[in-house]
Amino acid sequence: MTTESSSSPDSSVHLSADPSPDFSGYAHPEKLVSTQWVADHVLGESHENHQNLVILESNEDTLLYSTGHIPGAIKIDWHTELNDPVSRDFVGPEEFARVLGSKGISRDTTVVFYGDKSNWWAAYALWVFTLYGHADTRLMDGGRDKWIAEGRATTREVPSVTEVDYPVIERDDSTERASREDVLHHFGKPLVDVRSPLEYTGETTHMAGYPQEGTLRGGHIPTAASVPWAKAANEDGTFKSREELEEIYRNEAGIGTSDDVVAYCRIGERSSHTWFVLRHLLGYEKVRNYDGSWTEWGNSVRLPIAVGEERGEAPAGR
Amino acid sequence: MTTTELPEKLHEIVEDFRAVPDPERLELLLEFSEELPALPERYAGHQDQMEQVIECQTPLFLAVELENAAPDAGPTAESIVRLFVSAPPEAPTSRGFASVLSQSLNGLPAAEVLAVPEDLSTRLGLQKALTPLRLRGMSAMLGRIKRNISDQLADQLAG
Repeated sequence: MTTESSSSPDSSVHLSADPSPDFSGYAHPEKLVSTQWVADHVLGESHENHQNLVILESNEDTLLYSTGHIPGAIKIDWHTELNDPVSRDFVGPEEFARVLGSKGISRDTTVVFYGDKSNWWAAYALWVFTLYGHADTRLMDGGRDKWIAEGRATTREVPSVTEVDYPVIERDDSTERASREDVLHHFGKPLVDVRSPLEYTGETTHMAGYPQEGTLRGGHIPTAASVPWAKAANEDGTFKSREELEEIYRNEAGIGTSDDVVAYCRIGERSSHTWFVLRHLLGYEKVRNYDGSWTEWGNSVRLPIAVGEERGEAPAGR
Repeated sequence: MTTTELPEKLHEIVEDFRAVPDPERLELLLEFSEELPALPERYAGHQDQMEQVIECQTPLFLAVELENAAPDAGPTAESIVRLFVSAPPEAPTSRGFASVLSQSLNGLPAAEVLAVPEDLSTRLGLQKALTPLRLRGMSAMLGRIKRNISDQLADQLAG
C-alpha cells in the first residue's frame, strides 16, 4: 500500500451522474442515483463498461444483506468494519484501506451506498468515507426498501471480489465531523437536533420502539433547533424536493447556506442523513456531524443540557 | 464457561454457535431466522392478542401459553410452555433470536424456562458481531417470556 495526500483524483475517470430530472434541482445532483440507474449499471447493458463501480449495502440490521440484496452489491458492516471498539472511534487509516481494498474499492472507484431504514446507515457509511476523502460517493435514493417495493431483482449470491490496493490516507476530522469540544466552541452558531420531538424535549432518551441506550439525562444541547430527520424524507424513503427542503431548513429552522452548522442525534446515524441533505442536496458549505451525539453529551459530566420545547440559552463562559 | 444448567436443546444450540468463528455465527443466526414457524391461526393477524417486545428495534410480538397437566388443572411449574413469536422478514436478527428461543424453550416445563440464565446472548458468543443494542433486544425477549410465565403462575396462586 502507498501513502498519498487526500487530494481528489481526476474526476474525469468517474462515472457520469444520474441524469434523472428528479435530482436536477439539488445543489449536487451527482451525489444521488436512482434505483433505475443502479439497475442499468449492475444488470443492464452498461454494466460491462463500468467496472469501476461498487455498490455497497449498509444496514442497521446487519443480517439483512444475507437475506437478499441487489445483484453485485457488497456488504459493509458499520459495526464491525467501520468502528474500532478499543479507541471508540472509526477505524484508522490502515484498517480503512484494508477494508476498502478487500471490497475491490480503489481510490477512484464510484461507490454507491444504499440500505434499510431510509438509508440512515448508508448515509453514515458514506459520511465515514467522506472523512477519508473518498471522492465519488453516492446514495441510491429511497434505499433498499424502494428497490424491493419496485419488485426489482435480488439475490443471495455474494459476488466474488478481486482485492485491490487502497492507499493509506489520514482521516480528516476537521471539516465534516464535530467533537464535543467543537460543539462547546460552536455555541452561537446553528445546532440541529434531528431526533424525535420527545427525545428533544427530554421526555424520552430513545426512539419509540427502541431500547434505552443508557443515556442518563433526557433533553437537548442548549440552543439546538429541533428538525427531526424524517422531515427530509418522503413516505417511500426518497428525499423531498429542493423546494421542500429549503422550506424546512432555511425558512422554518432559519439556517442559511453560509452558516456553520452542526447536526447531531443519538449516535450519529440519523444526523448523517441530515448532514447529507444539508451538505449535498442544499449545498451548505460547512456542515459537521457530531457523531458522539446525545449518547455522549447527555451522559457527560459538566455539560449543560436544555429540557422542554425551548431551545435554551448558550452556557456562559465557554 | 459452563453451560451445564442450560436445558438440553438450548445447550446444543449454544455449542453450535460457539463452535464456529464470528462471521459464521451470523450465518447461523440467519439460518435460525428462516426456521421461525408461522403463527397459528388464532394469532395470525391478531397482534393485539400478543405482547410486543418494545425493546427490540423492529416490531416483534410474542405469546406464551401454558399447557396444563390436566384439562381442569391450572398452570403450575410443570406446565408445558408453548411459545409463539412473530417478527417481520426485514428484521432477520430479531427473527433469529426469536427462533433460537422458540426452538430451545418450546415444550419445556415452565420451571425450566424460568431457570434459563439471563446472559444467554453472551453465551451464544455474539457480542462482537452484533451491537449491544441488539443483544439487549434478545435479553428483553427472554425476560418478557419469563415474566409472562411468572405472571400466569402468580395469577393462578392468587385466583
